[in-house]
Amino acid sequence: MTPLELFAQQLANGLTLGAIYALIALGYTMVYGVVQLINFAHGEVFMAGAYAAVFAVLFVGVSGAPWGVALGVAVGAAVILCAALGWAIERLAYRPIRQASRLNAFITAIGMSLFLQNALMLIGGATDRQFPAIVPALRWEVAGVTVTLIQLLVWGSAAAMMAALQWLVMATRLGKAMRATAQDLTACLLLGIPVDRIIAVTFMAGSSLAAVGGVLFGLQYGTINFHDGYLIGMKAFTAAVLGGIGNIPGAMAGGLLLGLIESLAAGYLSAQWKSVFAFGVLVIVLLWRPTGLFGERVADRA
Amino acid sequence: MTSASSANSKQQTANSKSLLSAVCCVLCAIGALGLPIVLNAYHIEVLTSALIYALLALGLNLIVGFTGVLHLGYAAMFAIGAYAYGMLSVYGRWPFWLGVPPAMLIAGVSGVALGIPALRVRGDYLAIVTLGFGEIVRIAFTNLEQWTGGPNGLLGIGHPQLWLPGRGLFNFGVASSPYYYLTLLCVLIVAGLSVRLSRSRLGRAWIAIRDDELAAACMGIPVLQLKLLAQGLGGAVAGLGGAIFAAKQGTITPDSFDFILSVMVLAMVVLGGLGSVRGAVLGALVLGTLPELLRGFDQYRMLLFGLSMIIVMRLRPQGFFGGFRHRRHVHAA
Repeated sequence: MTPLELFAQQLANGLTLGAIYALIALGYTMVYGVVQLINFAHGEVFMAGAYAAVFAVLFVGVSGAPWGVALGVAVGAAVILCAALGWAIERLAYRPIRQASRLNAFITAIGMSLFLQNALMLIGGATDRQFPAIVPALRWEVAGVTVTLIQLLVWGSAAAMMAALQWLVMATRLGKAMRATAQDLTACLLLGIPVDRIIAVTFMAGSSLAAVGGVLFGLQYGTINFHDGYLIGMKAFTAAVLGGIGNIPGAMAGGLLLGLIESLAAGYLSAQWKSVFAFGVLVIVLLWRPTGLFGERVADRA
Repeated sequence: MTSASSANSKQQTANSKSLLSAVCCVLCAIGALGLPIVLNAYHIEVLTSALIYALLALGLNLIVGFTGVLHLGYAAMFAIGAYAYGMLSVYGRWPFWLGVPPAMLIAGVSGVALGIPALRVRGDYLAIVTLGFGEIVRIAFTNLEQWTGGPNGLLGIGHPQLWLPGRGLFNFGVASSPYYYLTLLCVLIVAGLSVRLSRSRLGRAWIAIRDDELAAACMGIPVLQLKLLAQGLGGAVAGLGGAIFAAKQGTITPDSFDFILSVMVLAMVVLGGLGSVRGAVLGALVLGTLPELLRGFDQYRMLLFGLSMIIVMRLRPQGFFGGFRHRRHVHAA
């Protein structure tokens, strides 16, 4: 492998990881945009999506079906479960304390994260779980770089989901209401925008993206564990902040950038220190642009 | 005249109230002193950990409770204190009592160093910078194997020794009760100092920053310096806790200082009531012992633990002792 091919391979791996980070980061950023809450339980929602896919594939028994159907079952189950979970989390935990201080909401989010993480452990088991290989292990050599079908799926579906989200937020009435809620919740109430419903939909949309991210993560890495959600969730949150939290294109760019940094740092510098590089870049970027790469609004509105 | 006398009587109520709470605290302290006599070794172990949490919660209360800086990397300060004493003890054979001041100093200086990004970064962005810092420190301690022992941990850290009249040199050893008393003493000192601080000019300035940073700056409070001072003092308290923890365990591994610890200590401060000193101690005792109290529920205990955090925040959002006026935007800054 020539140095250039090696570099291209690292880029491909980084883009795959980055696309998954970006899908999860979108959930953090959307929720932050409308209610200024760091939804700590989002990483667990992502993991719940992966587990839902595993169980759905096991129960439905898709062994004979074409792989597209199996994938559809997995993604469908993950999205439905996570959307319901996102709705329930918002309705039961966050809505009652929306008027309280933001630190309280943060602690509630941590409690929710612990609760979900342990619920996942009780339901899915404490050990690593094999993710069913529903997508055939096809691979192609393109100019010396190995690209798998799974990687193509990750890139394609991440791009499609982001485009759909961009359309939803920028071109529909619902998206307009979301943006209005993010700008001024009280004014929206006065104008008769159903703020509670908009917030619930935002949670459901973010959770659905995390669900897709969970399935893609399982496909790409082969095994899942109940505490993966915590680390991946934290990285995705970092990505959201890197891009400027509350900003949707920022979350996408931040996710891709973080994935690339980790992959290149692991390939060229040291795999053990890759997270240090990721966080180091975050700190440097924030020192240079204190509200992230794309952030304009200052988070502190007190 | 009447207003003066009513003010006077208010003053008296306030005085008698603070006297009452002082008496309560003294009674609690005396009760705490006697506990090791009636409890078994396991209970003392749990209580000692809870007291170390209390020390951390008191330190973080200076940062989050008093100045309102949302800090998500506090475990790093604890780790720095623990490793500072641990390495001085393992490589330099420093005795505990000599090792504590440098541990506190190093952790305090790291606290200030971490506070410097606060020059530019604010709000939730600062929170993630502290989170990143916490992760960097933990990963660094994991990877610098030649000095820290890496994931296997730093082994053979010395226990404290104390010369007692008539008994000669007393080694704290591995039993919990000496550490229980040591930590209790530290908690009482730090709590006492915190209460004094909160009523001082400095403490009032901190709370002014927390409640409205802009207004505080307009009144001539040097916001940045005071925030850094709080982070330095908070770091030093964590360093003290870390040194005690390292001396008690004899072995420290980087896993003991993960992000969950930072989050737990923050939860203790918020649960107790932001800025309340007794709240921080009570929050630490409750959250520190709850997982053990829930041990009967076996594998459901962390599930119930998370659930109880949600329920408490819903039923009592101001925490146990949240007496301060709270604005919607008291947070992060």
